[in-house]
Amino acid sequence: MAVDISIRITGQAGQGIQSISSIMGKVFTRQGYYVFIIQDAESRIRGGHNFDQVRIKDKPVLAIHAQANYLICLDGKTVEQDLPVLTPNGVMIYDGSQTRFESDNPNHFSIPLEQIALEAGQKKIMVNAVATGAAFALMGFDLRPLLDRLAEEFAGKGQEIAAHNQSSASAGYRYVRENFRGRAADQIPPGVFAKQKLLINGSQAMALGAICAGLKFYSGYPMSPSTPIMEFVAAAAQDHHIICEPAEDEIAAVNMVIGAGFAGVRAMTATSGGGFCLMTEALGLAGMTETPLVIVVAQRPGPSTGLPTRTEQGDLRFAMHAAHGEFPRAVLAPGHAAQAFYLMARAFNLAERYQTPVIVLGDQHLNDSYCTVDELDLNRMTIDRGKVVFDDQIASVKDYKRYVWQESGISPRILPGLSEAVVYADSDEHTDAGHITESSEVRNQMVRKRMRKLAGMRQEMGSPEIYPSQRAALVLLGWGSLYGAMKEAVELLQQDGIPAQMCHFSQIYPFTAQAFHRKILKKSRILAVENNYSGQFADFFTQETGRAVCHKILKYDGRPFAPREIVDQVKEKM
Amino acid sequence: MVTLQEFASDDPIAWCPGCGNFSILKALKQALVELQKKPHEIAIVSGIGQAPKTPHYLRCNTFNGLHGRTLPVAAGLKLANHELTVLAEGGDGDGYGEGGNHFIHAMRRNIDITYLVHNNQVYGLTKGQTSPTSESGFITKTTPSGSPVPPMNPLLLAVACDCSFVARGFAGAIEHLTDLIRQGIRHRGFALIDILQPCVSFNRVNTFQWYEERVYPVGEGEYDPGDRTAAFNRAQEWGERIPIGIIYRRERPTLSAQHAAIARQSLVRQPIDPTGFPGLLEAFQ
Ligand SMILES: Cc1ncc(C[n+]2csc(CCOP(=O)(O)OP(=O)(O)O)c2C)c(N)n1
Ligand code: SF4
Ligand SMILES: [Mg+2]
Repeated sequence: MAVDISIRITGQAGQGIQSISSIMGKVFTRQGYYVFIIQDAESRIRGGHNFDQVRIKDKPVLAIHAQANYLICLDGKTVEQDLPVLTPNGVMIYDGSQTRFESDNPNHFSIPLEQIALEAGQKKIMVNAVATGAAFALMGFDLRPLLDRLAEEFAGKGQEIAAHNQSSASAGYRYVRENFRGRAADQIPPGVFAKQKLLINGSQAMALGAICAGLKFYSGYPMSPSTPIMEFVAAAAQDHHIICEPAEDEIAAVNMVIGAGFAGVRAMTATSGGGFCLMTEALGLAGMTETPLVIVVAQRPGPSTGLPTRTEQGDLRFAMHAAHGEFPRAVLAPGHAAQAFYLMARAFNLAERYQTPVIVLGDQHLNDSYCTVDELDLNRMTIDRGKVVFDDQIASVKDYKRYVWQESGISPRILPGLSEAVVYADSDEHTDAGHITESSEVRNQMVRKRMRKLAGMRQEMGSPEIYPSQRAALVLLGWGSLYGAMKEAVELLQQDGIPAQMCHFSQIYPFTAQAFHRKILKKSRILAVENNYSGQFADFFTQETGRAVCHKILKYDGRPFAPREIVDQVKEKM
Repeated sequence: MVTLQEFASDDPIAWCPGCGNFSILKALKQALVELQKKPHEIAIVSGIGQAPKTPHYLRCNTFNGLHGRTLPVAAGLKLANHELTVLAEGGDGDGYGEGGNHFIHAMRRNIDITYLVHNNQVYGLTKGQTSPTSESGFITKTTPSGSPVPPMNPLLLAVACDCSFVARGFAGAIEHLTDLIRQGIRHRGFALIDILQPCVSFNRVNTFQWYEERVYPVGEGEYDPGDRTAAFNRAQEWGERIPIGIIYRRERPTLSAQHAAIARQSLVRQPIDPTGFPGLLEAFQ
């Protein structure tokens, strides 16, 4: 039986919504299922209306479902608000004592969550554990894996808290079993225990990828949705010999990272649009001084403060053009967590090989959403530090010139203090020795030297991912976090008898057209799909390839696309 | 034996003849020789202005970055390779204006950097506009009726921030300045040396003579730089008499000393091995 169940957990900020979703995510991942979890939260710490939506599938899944088969309401106030997303025979769990809402729908289960929480768990906050237990019973799923997971989850917080969570979940489970026997329509069959899969979100994957790729120095200033990257690095810093330095502002953060990069360690920062605005002058500094630099920009809707906790792909053009003057850079945009993990290593390799900045674009949807990943293979991660010259390779350093002319634009890089060489780096235009110059001849040569790196990078940027491989008359074109929704959309279109292909870019700038251009674009109609107002990538694509897109499917309300939304719009535009 | 010769740079100097920067360069080189530091063991990070050109005029590792962003670059460099002797260098506009926020937080961090501020109370490179340390009433092209606001007091701010080494030097007292720089580099922690630097082209008020008539060294023995209240008082002295010397000094742990990651080896010497992280992955299973 194909399994594809979505569970929406709604309530106020501070009620433990994310705790339920991550516990469910882990349980079902370990049972061999694939899970995808989105977080939809307001920019506040308590109150309001938030939800997480957990999708459980027997096949890999990287997108949300617009509807929910289960609705778990932790809070009376939000019951009616989310009812419209429930499937026709979907199940709702709510606490009738907390709301005036009444229903004669047999699938709407009023359970005294709060009362059970107080009895079984001693605290009102245990409502989330009670509701989870109740949901497991309605889904027809075994309670044991949930109890095991709760024990593990709360192991660090003491025996008592773990025990209270377990007894609350058990009580919720029991209540359903005793009061409404076997009435839910959508059941989840028992899985097969599989421990090797991972449940991970985009921020964690980026931080993990960076650490595995040799990150030694991180500095940042908190800004949603990038902050979890910094928190992950900070937590791992001690064990893995990393310095994570909280900066006074983003300008300090990026300049510290440049200082560390100049010293010769792999260093990065992460931020969102507003913070990236502050970093732009330093982006040029890295370009001019030829210092490797990796910046993650986790996008959120702008301009200005925008929608701080929501998603958008509005900063692509900004990332491509940020800072004054002309200098080479690369822009990467992973489509999902596993890709983010490997692309971080690629970002560091590119930054060091080309001695220039690399920007990795995420967004709230990619960074905050959890997914099940089959494996992350450390052996697949290669480290290439480019032309770094180590002590034992240095013959004579007396007249070392940091910016000596090379056809590739890339000069050998000696790290300051590790040999008798002295290294001059300058943000003014400089001679090959790194001293300030006004010479027009040297200026011309240095601009060409730097810009030649762009040609090198262009040669090795990866091709877009085409899915499925059979040619189709219709191509959905997109980038970054749209991967999962587009991929599923082409599958749905296929099922509806409309053959389509996805063309997804994760290595965006400098743009490589050659390989896929001839293959798929000749005769197809191209529909661009983007989480922004203007179709920034579509226009860039047209500029680079000379191919116009027929339509743009755009969304800029701060919410991610559900695959079905794309399908509906494709049909409308056909 | 390290000699002055080793610090000789062939980069032609672009300062105005008679500028106070020449004396500061001389004192800096002399201090490095006295400390027997080799050029490759030193790194100077500078910003943009006249002062930040200094490292080009002596041979040593140099990162000449952005206007105002000297201290964060120096901090990143120092944390990544704490075996380097790191200095930061810039003007009053660079350090107290554009980079004011970084200045406050570098002092808080007590990162082991010696910060030389060439304080000419004016923007030199951009041809004479008012700076954060310009006297009130100071007439420039951007303050044609005279600066309406009082100058900031960097030493007082530094004492308030518990900066672990606060000193003032004068470009006209080279030996005294050499000694301050030497002590600043020896000091473990953030050392601020604000240096009174006459700008002969754009500051006709605070000239060599003006300073010479006013500066006096805080007396050894009679002044205790460990006394913070005394330091607050002394830092406020300006006008008829201007103290030079170490105004405040307090030993406290440096930032590098507090990072376990570099207790045994500097970051830059640590190898990279992606296969060394299975434990991190397991946490997600
Ligand atoms: C972001 C930025 N703003 C402005 C400038 C122009 N600028 C260069 S140096 C300078 C002021 C220099 O004054 P100061 O720091 O006191 O150094 P001085 O030249 O007096 O030694 C200014 C405003 C710049 N380079 N960058
Ligand atoms: S403008 Fe002033 S500070 Fe700059 S070099 Fe000339 S005298 Fe020195
Ligand atoms: Mg100045």
